[in-house]
Amino acid sequence: MQNSPALSPTFAEPHDADALVQVSGIGKRYRPDGPPVFSGVSFDIRPGEFVCLIGHSGCGKSSILNILSGLEQPSEGGVIMDGREITGPGLDRGVVFQGHALLPWLTALQNVTFAVRARHRHMPRHEIREKAEHYLAMVGLEAAMHKKPAELSGGMRQRVGIARAFCTQPRVLLMDEPFGALDALTRGMIQEELLKICAQTQQTVFMITHDVDEAIFLADRVLLMSNGPDARLAEDAYNPLPRSRTRETMHHEDGFYTFRNHLVDFLVRRSALAQKAATG
Amino acid sequence: MLSQENRLSFFLSFASLLGVLLIWQFSTLPQASRSPYGIPDGNAEYQRLMGRSAVASTVRSDFPTPGAFARNAIEVLHAPFHNNGPNDRGIGWQLGASLLRVMIGYGLATLVAVPLGFVFGLQPVIQKALNPFVQILRPISPLAWMPIALYTIRDAELCAIFVIFICSLWPILLNTAFGVASIRREWLNVIRTLEVRWPQRLFFVLLPAAAPTILTGMRIGLGVAWLAIVAAEMLVGSSGIGYFVWNQWNNLSLSNVILAVLLIGLAGMALDAALAFVQRSVRYAE
Ligand SMILES: Nc1ncnc2c1ncn2[C@@H]1O[C@H](COP(=O)(O)OP(=O)(O)OP(=O)(O)O)[C@@H](O)[C@H]1O
Ligand SMILES: [Mg+2]
Repeated sequence: MQNSPALSPTFAEPHDADALVQVSGIGKRYRPDGPPVFSGVSFDIRPGEFVCLIGHSGCGKSSILNILSGLEQPSEGGVIMDGREITGPGLDRGVVFQGHALLPWLTALQNVTFAVRARHRHMPRHEIREKAEHYLAMVGLEAAMHKKPAELSGGMRQRVGIARAFCTQPRVLLMDEPFGALDALTRGMIQEELLKICAQTQQTVFMITHDVDEAIFLADRVLLMSNGPDARLAEDAYNPLPRSRTRETMHHEDGFYTFRNHLVDFLVRRSALAQKAATG
Repeated sequence: MLSQENRLSFFLSFASLLGVLLIWQFSTLPQASRSPYGIPDGNAEYQRLMGRSAVASTVRSDFPTPGAFARNAIEVLHAPFHNNGPNDRGIGWQLGASLLRVMIGYGLATLVAVPLGFVFGLQPVIQKALNPFVQILRPISPLAWMPIALYTIRDAELCAIFVIFICSLWPILLNTAFGVASIRREWLNVIRTLEVRWPQRLFFVLLPAAAPTILTGMRIGLGVAWLAIVAAEMLVGSSGIGYFVWNQWNNLSLSNVILAVLLIGLAGMALDAALAFVQRSVRYAE
């Protein structure tokens, strides 16, 4: 594991003892001849933490999330969760996909029921249904339960996707730009719901986003990636705002603009510099 | 309430049917037969000289008029399922015999092709390995199999079923393989992250996801089977609608031939409509 100390001073530290997920020096190479997409990525996710990953398009964010979910294998390094290495996908990690990935021949309720049944194989039928209904109600979809994905709006589909991931009660929720395709209004509404649910359930979340404000509103910690190819994890920034923040009042909090400028400045300027420094 | 467009198309359909019937009627009107020697057939004395009766000077075409066809059809369809031994069976009985053969051969083809198609779709290596053979076997006319089938199977009935089987196999196989191979990766990722077990994966995700494409293959297969059975029965049959057509042609009963041809078309349409109905019920909007 070779991390340039100038880029990531904190990563030289040993992993937190209480970390739920320990990512150690992972890298991904799709072609053996070219440069890796990213390499030397290390970070921890502690229980109950909401971590956002920001970076420019193509730097390998989805690849990192896929490695955490076990759908892809890293070319180097490894991921340990609960003391065991992640070798494949599993029910302890719930995934909200970049496209909603609902099964189109099933209704919203059936989509969620399918996941509940996968999680609780021997649960009686009516309990499975009750559980599915509970999670759909949680995302405000009681009225649209019996509609197929094609009959739902983009925001509603995404909420079904979130309900489906939540209903398996995963240790970690992995979300790949879950709100990317939504308009600003819907996006804000779902963000608030999500934060409420996560606070209630003490959910650990790893989320990818393009949106700086979304990251500031949701995340306890923001991970910043430099540009690819051979992208690195350049910064690990703690959110200084109190957890009681709301979307309306967030920008009145002390330190909001400092933090926001820091992130935007990174994306605009330093992400490219960091890449130059990395590739030398 | 019929819309303007529907009314117009209904009228045009009706008009074309009427047109066809009129052309049929006029082209089968009694007409003066032409002598090959250039002597007007109308010459009654000449006809008598030639040993023909004058009445025969205006011969009727062998082809039945619409009226004659209709009268015959009503008579034949009056007892479609009568069975007085192998040489005198009703047209409904013959149609039923063909349908039964198609159902058996086609059913077997579906039972083989769908699971094999899943293997092809899920295991690209196997698909790659076997695809050359499929591509060679697929374009072979079902009737070309006939001699080989007759020699090896030696039973006319089984031969006909084999021909149906072999010709409906390929479209179902290839469409199933294609449908399974093109299942969205996202959905496969969903079942992987949910650790869904294999039987559930198969019946609750893979099958419904590929069902519309599989049914497209099944419709093509059934169409091909219905085309092939008529030809096969003409060659080897002792029953069936194809045998019936050939038999009536030998009896020079064109009325029956036309009736049988119409019924073949109607039955084929009904078979396709049934599968189209099933296909509609498994279709999904993405
Ligand atoms: N299966 C694959 N085969 C080959 N190259 C791939 C594959 N998946 C991703 N890549 C490459 O890896 C790089 C990172 O892809 P990735 O999807 O992780 O980016 P991303 O950061 O999620 O981008 P975006 O923000 O646009 O979603 C891209 O350059 C992409 O071309
Ligand atoms: Mg992505």
